[in-house]
Amino acid sequence: MTTVAHLHEETDAPYALSHLDALESEAVHIFREVAGEFEKPVVLFSGGKDSIVMLHLALKAFAPAPVPFTLLHVDTGHNFPEVLEYRDRTVEKHGLRLHVASVQEYIDAGKLRERPDGTRNPLQTLPLTEAIQRLKFDAVFGGGRRDEEKARAKERVFSLRDEFSQWDPRRQRPELWQLYNGRHAPGEHVRVFPLSNWTELDVWQYIAREGIELPEIYFAHEREVFQRGGMWLTAGEWGGPKEDETPETRLIRYRTVGDMSCTGAVDSDAATLDAVIAEIAVSRLTERGATRADDKMSEAAMEDRKREGYF
Amino acid sequence: MTSTTEPFADLSATTLLRFATAGSVDDGKSTLVGRLLHDSKSVLTDQMEAVEAVSAQRGQDAPDLALLTDGLRAEREQGITIDVAYRYFATARRRFILADTPGHVQYTRNMVTGASTADLAVVLVDARNGVIEQTRRHAAVAALLRVPHVVLAVNKMDLVGYQESVFAAIAEEFTAYASDLGVPEITAIPISALAGDNVVDPSANMDWYGGPTVLEHLETVPVSHDLTACPARFPVQYVIRPQTAEHPDYRGYAGQIASGVLRVGEAVTVLPSGRTSVIEGIESLGKSVDIAWAPQSVTVRLKDDIDISRGDLIAPSASAPATTQDVEATVCHVADQPLAVGARVLIKHTTRTVKAIVKEIPSRLTLDDLSQHPNPGQLVANDIGRVVVRTAEPLALDAYADSRRTGSFLLIDPADGTTLAAGMAGESFASQAETTVQADEEGWDF
Repeated sequence: MTTVAHLHEETDAPYALSHLDALESEAVHIFREVAGEFEKPVVLFSGGKDSIVMLHLALKAFAPAPVPFTLLHVDTGHNFPEVLEYRDRTVEKHGLRLHVASVQEYIDAGKLRERPDGTRNPLQTLPLTEAIQRLKFDAVFGGGRRDEEKARAKERVFSLRDEFSQWDPRRQRPELWQLYNGRHAPGEHVRVFPLSNWTELDVWQYIAREGIELPEIYFAHEREVFQRGGMWLTAGEWGGPKEDETPETRLIRYRTVGDMSCTGAVDSDAATLDAVIAEIAVSRLTERGATRADDKMSEAAMEDRKREGYF
Repeated sequence: MTSTTEPFADLSATTLLRFATAGSVDDGKSTLVGRLLHDSKSVLTDQMEAVEAVSAQRGQDAPDLALLTDGLRAEREQGITIDVAYRYFATARRRFILADTPGHVQYTRNMVTGASTADLAVVLVDARNGVIEQTRRHAAVAALLRVPHVVLAVNKMDLVGYQESVFAAIAEEFTAYASDLGVPEITAIPISALAGDNVVDPSANMDWYGGPTVLEHLETVPVSHDLTACPARFPVQYVIRPQTAEHPDYRGYAGQIASGVLRVGEAVTVLPSGRTSVIEGIESLGKSVDIAWAPQSVTVRLKDDIDISRGDLIAPSASAPATTQDVEATVCHVADQPLAVGARVLIKHTTRTVKAIVKEIPSRLTLDDLSQHPNPGQLVANDIGRVVVRTAEPLALDAYADSRRTGSFLLIDPADGTTLAAGMAGESFASQAETTVQADEEGWDF
């Protein structure tokens, strides 16, 4: 038999935990609380790094038993093909069940209209909230982190949503100790954020420590991109480049994975996990500041979308 | 005496410190938080540009650092902080989670929220005003919540000529007051958040001060020891039973160790049933280990196949807690709806939620002068008081003084799910006066 896991090396404290172990233990605790208290939880899974880390934590939390949750992906119709391929491969590998809510289907059915600026990010809210109501999920795990954005800095770990899936930041339950209150009325649900206390760098360090596989677009590669609104966007059938936009091939990578219409690439030659971590550690831009056009729409863009039911 | 501010060496081995700030409206708390984030190079260019743009648009001369922390529309419109926000920053030595609590009217419940998970609280005082009512209130909440370390940051030293005597008098008064309340460790630091004295960099203006800067203290203060020195407590969260071909008989009890250390081979008792067994194996998230400690999330297997479910508590037989259906506690009322004698509530303790009834509210505390008001009948928002609660099923409850995790609980309104109160079991300074009143019993101890 072994041994003490990850004994702290630098302090003489016999029972210290490294910060990654502390964050991991906390996140696992949150997953198990939800499994113990809710009837029908679901994990939002996009194939992006935060949801990949969430799934990894869930697999560890319930091993050797399978994850007692299904997955839900809101497909904007403008997702990166490599990410969708990763998503489907991962679902199959772990024998999971995936629900897909499709923005394109909503547009085709006339329930949503394409925006003039072409971004489909805000359009995800309706398919998401309708899927939650239709499939009667009572707890919805999201990979949101409080370090991402100042409205998210105010988000609880357990965040109650009303029957319209709305978030009211002024009427949040105080969250005391590790005693999460998930009580809710029928029709209401709770959004759960196990990575609340993680930063972007924590996520990358954890991915490196655990040897978690990621979609290739997180690492430097050559890609045809064009500039729009200060962002390098991937050229493609989704709607770019327009006539006055010039495509060019650049060495880039993605810091976040989202809708192709509003997720920007960063110039980078970081082709390995170590190189990515080194790059983020010295970056003077936040993850969202570097890559998300939709957060720049107004000073309270994220808060406004969250109030509507966005994750 | 310099702090290490080079960002990000090998961080996987660094520890995590959770701390909370407390200060009244004009003490400069936002400036201190802004200064800590800014001088530790934790504010990134795009965040700073956004703050500069909004400040300029409003016609302000300098960037308003409070905009870094006030994230909601209503907060920016009103220029106040409504709710606790959590901030993250790191140095080469440690990573930090800061619970940034507002100093406004709802101070008590917000500070209780921030302090409940904090290893350290920074109480801010304006050097010109010294220890005021609000300072005593912050010290009292930190003491009540048993935050292990308290920092008194005497701010605006630049406005009192950086005089040692001003700082010394405030530090002495605060230390005496907080020690009386049972705060175990107090560190007083003279600072100017605006000028940057002793926040991240040592001050050139106060050579009489030989102690650490705020950041240096945050980087070096010990964490976690209090949890592992206590008897082991393992609330069962979830029973793992794969029932697969590969693991036909596996039965593991999943949970996060609330306090202490668990070892393979140890004799344990399961509460409230009282059944006993021996720890056969511990899995630390996929790895088999001989020993595990708080706050690790693990899975425990026992030698005997006994009936255990979510809400049970596994503890070493040698130091198992007693169970009770009569809970006496100090509570902080956090909801807008009141809590009255006779109220039917739910009590959530570790992973167990049971029905309960509020039998008595013996006293309510006035935080300003720590006086006790007997039998107030009910508690309203931000009140701190003593309660006696009768539970429908036994709870394995420790005194909060012994374990913040197994001595704490929530009272929940069963009708709408609202969190009504934050409870701390056993004695606290809020129960002292009450025992004085019943002076016919001699020689009580607390």
